[in-house]
Amino acid sequence: MKKFALAGNPNSGKTTLFNSLTGSTAHVGNWPGVTVDKKEGTYKKLPEPITLVDLPGIYSLSPYTPEEVVSRNFLLDEFPDCIINIVDATNLERNLYLTTQLMEIDVPIIVALNMMDEVEKNGDKIDVKKLEEKMGVPVVAISALREKGLDELMARGYETCLKGRKASTVLASTELMHLIGDCRIALEGQGVDNALFHAVKLVELDSIESEMHPASVKMVEEFKKVYNDEIFGSDFEAIIADARYKYITKHYSIACEKHRRASGESKSDKIDKVLTHKVWGIPIFLVIMFFIFHFTFSEDLFFLGAFGVFDNVEMTVIEQTISGNAIEEYLSGVTVNSFFGYETGVYSIGVILFNAVDILTGLISTSVEVAMTNAPVWLTGLLIDGVLGGLFSVLSFLPQIIVLFMFFSILEDSGYMARVAFILDRLFKKFGLSGRAFMPMIMGFGCSVPAMVNTRTLADQNERTATIRVIPFFSCGAKLPILTAISGGIVQLFGVGNADIITYGMYVIGIATAIISVILMRKTTMKGEVPPFIMELPAYRLPQLKSLLLHLWDKAKHFIEKAFTIILASTVIIWFISHFSWFWEFLPDERVNESILAGIGGLVQPLFTPLGFGSQLSSSGWVFVVAVVTGLIAKENVIATFGTLGACIAGAMIDVETDGGVSAVIEMITATGITVPGLIAFIAFNMTTIPCMAAVATAKAELPTKKSFIMTLIFWVVASYLLATMIYLIGTWWWTVFIFLAVWAVIILLITLENKGVTKMKKFFSKIYALIPDGNKSTKSSAKCSSCASCSYSSTCATARTKKKDGE
Amino acid sequence: MIFKKGSKKAIRSNLEKKLSEFEIGERGIVKMVNGEGRIRRRLFDMGITPGTEIYLRKKTPLGDPMEVMLRGYELTLRKNEAETVEMEMIR
Repeated sequence: MKKFALAGNPNSGKTTLFNSLTGSTAHVGNWPGVTVDKKEGTYKKLPEPITLVDLPGIYSLSPYTPEEVVSRNFLLDEFPDCIINIVDATNLERNLYLTTQLMEIDVPIIVALNMMDEVEKNGDKIDVKKLEEKMGVPVVAISALREKGLDELMARGYETCLKGRKASTVLASTELMHLIGDCRIALEGQGVDNALFHAVKLVELDSIESEMHPASVKMVEEFKKVYNDEIFGSDFEAIIADARYKYITKHYSIACEKHRRASGESKSDKIDKVLTHKVWGIPIFLVIMFFIFHFTFSEDLFFLGAFGVFDNVEMTVIEQTISGNAIEEYLSGVTVNSFFGYETGVYSIGVILFNAVDILTGLISTSVEVAMTNAPVWLTGLLIDGVLGGLFSVLSFLPQIIVLFMFFSILEDSGYMARVAFILDRLFKKFGLSGRAFMPMIMGFGCSVPAMVNTRTLADQNERTATIRVIPFFSCGAKLPILTAISGGIVQLFGVGNADIITYGMYVIGIATAIISVILMRKTTMKGEVPPFIMELPAYRLPQLKSLLLHLWDKAKHFIEKAFTIILASTVIIWFISHFSWFWEFLPDERVNESILAGIGGLVQPLFTPLGFGSQLSSSGWVFVVAVVTGLIAKENVIATFGTLGACIAGAMIDVETDGGVSAVIEMITATGITVPGLIAFIAFNMTTIPCMAAVATAKAELPTKKSFIMTLIFWVVASYLLATMIYLIGTWWWTVFIFLAVWAVIILLITLENKGVTKMKKFFSKIYALIPDGNKSTKSSAKCSSCASCSYSSTCATARTKKKDGE
Repeated sequence: MIFKKGSKKAIRSNLEKKLSEFEIGERGIVKMVNGEGRIRRRLFDMGITPGTEIYLRKKTPLGDPMEVMLRGYELTLRKNEAETVEMEMIR
């Protein structure tokens, strides 16, 4: 089977073309760098099926971000049968720069001139025939979105691939050509594939290339001494980049006819002027964010309820006669009111959908309960509380996550997100991050899982790891019930403060912890220059409904898969150990104190003493520990656990659904004697500790090595433990604040000294770090790896070692 | 000699300046890209090569990253990256 690679600039429409050709549903966005890993699909309309590989976007073959390395390695080492170079026709000059480099590889190339419809709409013209003549490779005009010209593209691509092709270069007329030629002959003599490409990169003294062929570097250095260009001197890198662009401008102006616009401002410019306004840019962004969260999470849309709009509306509740049937009884509780919410205000879209799923899942649970009236108690318990309860508690968050995603997708597709990164960059620079990191962080308020996936657009690996680590500190939707329930309990029982202020304060503490953590990481383990911020700002585009729906479906599928695997398994396990004693005796809910879970909880409990919910609590104190543990599976579990265990302690049923768990919290507080600082510490701990299973699994997939994943887990535990301890101790004995200030001062002093090279703690810590098992992900692919310079595993990589030996 | 030096300086401040010193709405031609390593390479790859015309479209509310137009597209870069780009202004 023939293999075609799709290569091109970021945001030039590769993924759209890939989806159109293969009928796939890969995610597309108007944000440079949406495709972060290569994807494969099949095209079937040719005499033989073609494997299409969608590569991450690149501006050049000197890769700059980690995902660009993926593209370069594939093109050079996997020998595709043809490269389809997709080129954004609205931005021809810069796009063709990559084409001039791709041409230097010994692989057939076809240029797909995408977005030709937009060029024509602007009144511009591109002479495809002339362009083809000048570039020396076939050029086909297409529109990936409207699926125009695709068959011709593939047919001609197939034709070219059968013919084969020898590398050519646009640098042929430059004075450097004979040096390139010499290098090429030398490399060919060594049996190197794609000799022309490597020769050019060698003359540029590309870091990857110099490492691979140290013998030839000398030749270039020698030549450099005698060569002197008028403008550039002996700066070959500049000469070559300049020569490429000169060639393009020369021939591009022949092929391209630009229509002179009457007015200087396009529609895009006008929108842009408002959205990135010098004064209003940030306020506009904050308002947009507020409305997105408002539409997703609010139970009082537009604050109509708070303004008293519904005070005089007669409530029409559909009363149903209860006929003893449990399902009907359940349904009778479902009213228009509980669905759309008229009493306190109109619900937002997110909440309405949330309720819809909740009612549906409740109906299923009730039906199962009815169907299983004769089954043994443990089986109904397992099925309803264990399996269904666990699954539904997670699935019920799906609608809100999808709605949140929809809004973010629209903003992303339109090109606005790239502008926000632009606006906020200055602020993020202070924390040692680039403006691009803002997007995953803000998404963290909704759900950590998609937020972590989004970090792939960050250019710097250290920046990425640091961002993934602090994402859980941006308190997600599932953590909100913990905040509201406990702050509600505090206000009712102790009469302290105001529930809203406590909740809001916890959010602020989370953000502050994130910022401090990032600064500390960037000063110690995650060191490195502030990542540069050189980013293309894509033109504003109307979001495409098709791509939006595909994206949402993709996300929903992913989420449901997770719910049915990892979350399902863990809830069943938790159910078992909370309902069986050490002697395998089944325990009803009321005897949870004798369960395995209680036993383990009691054992671990002393560890939490500095946090205020450890040994100082009375005999039932282990429930807080258990809530923390169940929260590791899904944060929704924390309040659910309070509900179950609170009921056991109080000896009465507590319905968590109706009052959001406040009464359960009150039971827990009175039974255990926990203090206010202890409760706040408990919230803080839950908020910043290891997030839910789904987020942990995502972090594992997104982090580069197993080692960094283990370090991340340790970081979460340590950070949350320290934060909660500080809150508890300072809250209980205010003067301890001075001790903490002193400790922090010492830490900051030590870091400064270390960074100035006075102390040598790094050696000590790296020894400890070496003890962590290293499950290196790259070992599998290292045999085919050609990018040792940008690769951090060069000490473990066999290829790098042999290459070095060869050179010496 | 002294007079000559002074006049040279005067000419420089008039026409030649760094991209980071540009005001909104000014345009110029790239003379040279200084700096080194990855960032310089990236600037070349994005089309900032000698002879390119660049137009400063806007600066952010906080002043730092700036947005420029070149080769028919919009690019954003920071002040310290723009500092490496020597320009000659077009009036």
